[in-house]
Amino acid sequence: LAAYRTDEGQPWVLPVVKKVEQMIANNNSLNHEYLPILGLPEFRANASRIALGDDSPAIKENRIGSVQSLGGTGALRIGAEFLRRWYNGNNNTATPVYISAPSWENHNSVFVDAGFKDIRTYRYWDAAKRGLDLQGLLDDMEKAPEFSIFILHACAHNPTGTDPTPDQWKQIAAVMKRRFLFPFFDSAYQGFASGSLDKDAWAVRYFVSEGFELFCAQSFSKNFGLYNERVGNLTVVGKDADNVQRVLSQMEKIVRTTWSNPPSQGARIVATTLSSPQLFAEWYDNVKTMADRVLLMRSELRSRLESLGTPGTWNHITEQIGMFSFTGLNPKQVEYMIKEKHIYLMASGRINMCGLTTKNLDYVAKSIHEAVTKIQ
Amino acid sequence: SSWWSHVEMGPPDPILGVTEAFKRDTNSKKMNLGVGAYRDDNGKPYVLNCVRKAEAMIASKKMDKEYLPIGGLADFTRASAELALGENSEAFKSGRYVTVQGISGTGSLRIGANFLQRFFKSSRDVYLPKPSWGNHTPIFRDAGLQLQAYRYYDPKTCSLDFSGAMDDISKIPEKSIILLHACAHNPTGVDPRQEQWKEMAAMVKKRNLLVYFDMAYQGFASGDINRDAWAARYFIEQGINVILSQSYAKNMGLYGERAGAFTVICSDAEEAKRVESQLKILIRPMYSNPPLNGARIASIILNTPELRKEWLVEVKSMADRIISMRTQLVSNLKKEGSSHNWQHITDQIGMFCFTGLKPEQVERLIKEFSIYMTKDGRISVAGVTSGNVGYLAHAIHQVTK
Repeated sequence: LAAYRTDEGQPWVLPVVKKVEQMIANNNSLNHEYLPILGLPEFRANASRIALGDDSPAIKENRIGSVQSLGGTGALRIGAEFLRRWYNGNNNTATPVYISAPSWENHNSVFVDAGFKDIRTYRYWDAAKRGLDLQGLLDDMEKAPEFSIFILHACAHNPTGTDPTPDQWKQIAAVMKRRFLFPFFDSAYQGFASGSLDKDAWAVRYFVSEGFELFCAQSFSKNFGLYNERVGNLTVVGKDADNVQRVLSQMEKIVRTTWSNPPSQGARIVATTLSSPQLFAEWYDNVKTMADRVLLMRSELRSRLESLGTPGTWNHITEQIGMFSFTGLNPKQVEYMIKEKHIYLMASGRINMCGLTTKNLDYVAKSIHEAVTKIQ
Repeated sequence: SSWWSHVEMGPPDPILGVTEAFKRDTNSKKMNLGVGAYRDDNGKPYVLNCVRKAEAMIASKKMDKEYLPIGGLADFTRASAELALGENSEAFKSGRYVTVQGISGTGSLRIGANFLQRFFKSSRDVYLPKPSWGNHTPIFRDAGLQLQAYRYYDPKTCSLDFSGAMDDISKIPEKSIILLHACAHNPTGVDPRQEQWKEMAAMVKKRNLLVYFDMAYQGFASGDINRDAWAARYFIEQGINVILSQSYAKNMGLYGERAGAFTVICSDAEEAKRVESQLKILIRPMYSNPPLNGARIASIILNTPELRKEWLVEVKSMADRIISMRTQLVSNLKKEGSSHNWQHITDQIGMFCFTGLKPEQVERLIKEFSIYMTKDGRISVAGVTSGNVGYLAHAIHQVTK
């Protein structure tokens, strides 16, 4: 599983998290009572506010809902279970669900286990040009049956690191609106990708401004470094408060048979942080630290490869964003990296940028150079 | 127009409704007997001392926040298995079991339900005692199984309908699934005696049923963890390879931290490994891996001798307070002059008590005395204190005389 690492290759507990945990530990008035089924109210409101923006028209119009979930995965699963029961008819397991090719491998399992029978892929990664296959993507959306569900990565696409530009998102939204396709955003890297919460949420907010009803599964694993506390949130944007209220009441029923009510610790940490201007600023700073280190590793890796004259183009390393990068190495070259150089990447050529440090940059660059020049 | 125009408003949670109404009530004497959480003799939530100590240890160690394995914290799952099965258990010592961390009792039950749906092909039917915890039915249903029932509670005597239960169990089709409450039956508080458990085990074995134990109150029922686990351990000793879910919500007061475990007793360690691999495949698309905090607290308590000792004392004191409230309620009812037989209140065990009160009587308790409970006459004894037990007895007498 992928997690952030410091330049010393160590896990990093955010300073603001340490501080808030100590505050919680010192607060004798706190207990371990059950949270409500939908979660800690202060967490839910703040989490959705982070995704949608302080000035979100949907929040102002009181047409949003939130379900605290067990990580991003839990949020995806609750959303999937709800859609299977209530979207496009009642219990319509035949509604096509489209997942990007490639995508996080667990996406498929989430929707299969939620009961969907028709899981398809939409074109996304263009291996030849090492970028987004926009035409393929739009084409697949045009051809998708009306009302199909599309899983969209809000930012820092996993595993390719390749995101649509704002202009491309506008084209995607236009097709989805015309074809009545349902947007289900997976937002696991807000802030972590670019260092800016607003920039990383641009796509989600654009869709909201275009009047879509949508789901957004949020994870606070990476941007708060709270991996093992399972802090996630499913944000629901609807047409009006009444619809959202009924949706939430049904989500409660789903939650009740899955985990009854969510865990308290991680939600408290996030809620405390987001609702204090001082702590929020500290958190933002911590997030930027992580994002900046990854961005630095990207630019350093690219410049080394270009200095070495490694065959091929390497601008994709800095154009891609987030934790992962699709290097473009083929399976044989990957095998070389693993066996001969002891550098571990996925067969897809996906590299975890967090694994790079100032100490190993040279070695990694040289190894990629060798792999590309020796193995075809 | 909205995608959700046809989505119905979900029915309000009946137990939540009780608490909501209680909150709105301005009567200073009001009592909330719907709450399914322990309260001390001042009616306040109780954070165990051993929990506070474990938390202090955690805070001082400054550990990282890396993902747990899908199956959870190993020290926790092993200690949970040992707690349920007993350290001398052959099944435990031989390693012919798998225990995965679950999201408290509900999450553990659901993992088991999903596992049965996928791998138990002999039957789709789960037999629940009548009545059972309200959430059992939707959990199994959402997992894709069907619900049946066996007689259990006798409303005439407010105790176990043993002959009815045995009769029904004897007729359950072979290789069906039967769910048993290991101790402190929820909602009735009625548990079989050991001789009765022995007969049930023999019948269940004869019918070749798959046994699912729900153990949410180990230690919390009698005050003795071994006594409360006796039934589950007896079944295993009889060669019945049970599956079992545990919760640490009540016995460690870890409600909101969601600490629980799901166990499958297998033929051998190799089978256990295969089962474990499939459980992980079920868990990953639900929430990837479980939350650490509660499991780590429980693990530290179970695995640190001084803290474990302290825990056993604290869980006994919680159980003792509940038992004492039962005794006081009965004696206060006698003092009020009630001529009814209230013995079932002290015969029953655990957090809940089926008083035998009828819906109309419950309604009067709510309206006239601001005493809140569910319509079925179930009270949470945890909501009774030495300060309000007299008032409760008085009110019950008024509506039943």
